[in-house]
Amino acid sequence: MYKYDEYDQTIVDSRVAEFRDQVARRIAGEITEDQFKPLRLMNGLYLQLHAYMLRVAVPYGTLSGKQMRTLGHIARKYDRGYGHFTTRQNIQYNWIKLEEAPDILAELAAVEMHAIQTSGNCIRNISSDQYAGAAADEIEDPRPWAELLRQWSSFHPEFSYLPRKFKIAVIASDEDRAAIQLHDIGLQIRHNDAGELGFRVYVGGGMGRTPMIAPVIRDFLPAADFVSYMEACLRVYNRYGRRDNIYKARIKILVHEIGAAEYARQVEEEWAHVKTLGLDPPPGEFERIAAHFAPPAFETGLSDEIDRSDPDFALWLDSNTHAHKQPGYAIAVISLKPIGGIPGDASAEQIELMADLAERYSFDELRVTHAQNIVLPHVKKADLYALWKALDDAGLGTANLDLISDIIACPGLDYCSLANARSIPIAQKIAKRFENMDRQRDLGELKLKISGCINACGHHHAGHIGILGVDRKGEENYQLLFGGSGAEDASLAKIAGPGFNEDGIVDAVEKAVETYRTLREDGERFVDTYRRVGMQPFKEAIYG
Amino acid sequence: MKILTGNDLETGDVVWWTGEFWSRHVEESIDVADGGDAIAAREEGARRVNAPYVIDAEQTDVGPRPLHIKDRIRAIGPTVRPDLAVRPVDAAAGNWVI
Ligand code: SF4
Repeated sequence: MYKYDEYDQTIVDSRVAEFRDQVARRIAGEITEDQFKPLRLMNGLYLQLHAYMLRVAVPYGTLSGKQMRTLGHIARKYDRGYGHFTTRQNIQYNWIKLEEAPDILAELAAVEMHAIQTSGNCIRNISSDQYAGAAADEIEDPRPWAELLRQWSSFHPEFSYLPRKFKIAVIASDEDRAAIQLHDIGLQIRHNDAGELGFRVYVGGGMGRTPMIAPVIRDFLPAADFVSYMEACLRVYNRYGRRDNIYKARIKILVHEIGAAEYARQVEEEWAHVKTLGLDPPPGEFERIAAHFAPPAFETGLSDEIDRSDPDFALWLDSNTHAHKQPGYAIAVISLKPIGGIPGDASAEQIELMADLAERYSFDELRVTHAQNIVLPHVKKADLYALWKALDDAGLGTANLDLISDIIACPGLDYCSLANARSIPIAQKIAKRFENMDRQRDLGELKLKISGCINACGHHHAGHIGILGVDRKGEENYQLLFGGSGAEDASLAKIAGPGFNEDGIVDAVEKAVETYRTLREDGERFVDTYRRVGMQPFKEAIYG
Repeated sequence: MKILTGNDLETGDVVWWTGEFWSRHVEESIDVADGGDAIAAREEGARRVNAPYVIDAEQTDVGPRPLHIKDRIRAIGPTVRPDLAVRPVDAAAGNWVI
C-alpha cells in the first residue's frame, strides 16, 4: 500500500490545523456560515438532514487494517456507532458535531487519511477496481496510476474550481468492475499491438440528471504521457465547461455538445502545448509509487482444494469469492447487504472485526467497492472457511454478491437533504420479498440500484433494474427502469412507465422478475433477456 | 401554520423555534406566522442556529407537525433507525413520519 512521504503528511497535517482554526472562528462568530460553508465542504463536511455529515476519502477504495480500525473507532467515539460505505468507495458518518470535526480529521491524518476533495467542484477521490492487485484478469495493478492521479490532482491549483465536480476511475482488465464509462474520465490500462503499455481514454460519461455513456476519445495513450494528457483533458473542460448553468456544467455536456471528435481534437491541440511544460513525472517517480504496491509475500505451492462439506459455506464460496492471480489464494467479498439491513452500513464493531480479519487473513488489506461491499483481496483458500465463520457470526456472511438483494441504495430521504424519496426502506422491502436464497440464486446476477433523487448517487441508470425516487405532489413516488449496466457492456436504463408508491414498486419489481423468469433463455441474465425482448413484455406484466 | 427550524451550529442537531429558545422537539414549536424570516436572521446572526428556514406545518393533538415528509423525518430521525429516533420510546414514531 502507498505510504505517505513527508510532503503528503505535512499537507494533511497542515490542513487539519487550518480547519481547526476555521471551525474555532466559525463557532466564535468571526466568520459567517456563507464564508464558512465552502471551507467546511473542502474538508468533506456537509450539513445534512439530521446533522453534519463527514465524507472521508478512501483513495481507490484501498484501506489497511489500521485505517479500517480507525474508521470503526471514529464511528464509536464521534458518531452513533456506525458508518456508511458509499458508491464512491468512501465512508460517510451521519452524526458529526462541528466542534469535534477537527479532532476526527486529526485522527484520520494519523493514519494517512483525510476528507480533502470529497466535495466541491474539484477532482474527487480517484476510484478503481476493487480487485486491483489481486484479480486474475488484470494486466497490472491499476492503483499506482490511480495514486499518481491522486498526487497530481490533490490541491491542483488550476483544477480546484472546475465548472463542476470531476470523477476519474482507472481499471486494468476487460471486465469493468468500476463503471469507468460512467465517469467524467474512465481509463482502461491496456497493451497496444506493439505490446506497449498505455490507456484507453473515455471522457464524458456520468449519471445524474443527464446520464451519458462516455465515448472513447483516445484508443491508446502511451503510459509515459499519462499526466500531461490528463492535464490537457481537464484544461479544455476548465476553459469551455458551462459555468453558466449548473445542470450543464459537467464535462459530459461539453463533450456531447461539441462532439467527442471535436473535444478530442482540442485536447490533442492543448496536449501539444502541455507536453512542452515537462509535467510528466520521470519514470523513477512512477517506479517509486509503484514500489508501494508490490504484491505481498504470497506463499507458493499452496493447494487450490477447498473443503466444501459445510453447505452454507459452499454457497458463500460460490457467490462471494473471486479468482485470484496467485494459486492457492482467493478474493473474498464481505456483503454489507444482510436481508432487511441498510445497504452499505456497518457498525463500529463490524468495521473493527473486518480490520482484524484483514490483518489475520488478507495481508492487512481491504477494499471498499462501489457496490457498497468490502473486499479482502488476498485470502488463502485454506483460510476461507475460518474467515467465513468469523464473518457469519458477526452478521457479515450473507452469500448474495451480485444477486437481487445485493442492492446499491443511496442514503435517500432518511439522511440526505437533497432527496425526494427514501431509498433504504425500498431496498429493505425488496430484499425481504426475495428473502428466499434459492429464489435469488435461481434469478442469478441481477443488479438493482436505487437513488432517492435525480442526482443518481445510487446509480439507478446503471441498474439492470433501477429505481428512482421522485416527489409527486409531496408524496414519495418511485419510477422503475430497466436495462442499465455499469459494466463493460455499459448501457443506460430506460423508464418503464408511470411510477409507484412504496408497496407498489416492490410488487412491480417482482412482476418484472417473474416476467424474466418466464422469458429467459439458457444462460441469460435479467439484463440479457431485457435486451433481447425489449421493454414491452415487462410493461405488459407490470401495467397490464 | 408556519414553524421555524434549523440546525444547532455546534452539534448539528435539528432544532425548532419555541418562541424563546431552540428545542430538539418539534412539538414545542410555535406558529411564527409572517415573522419567521426576521427571527431566523436574528438567531442566525447571534449564532444560536445554522441554516434556519420556515416551513408549513399543521397543528395536531401532540403539537405541530411539518406538512412535508422531509421535515417530518428531520423531526424524528431516520425512519430506518427507530433506535436513533428523537423519541425512541414512542412506538408510533415511524407511523408519525409517514
Ligand atoms: S441520489 Fe439524491 S437522495 Fe440519493 S444520496 Fe444522492 S443526492 Fe441524496
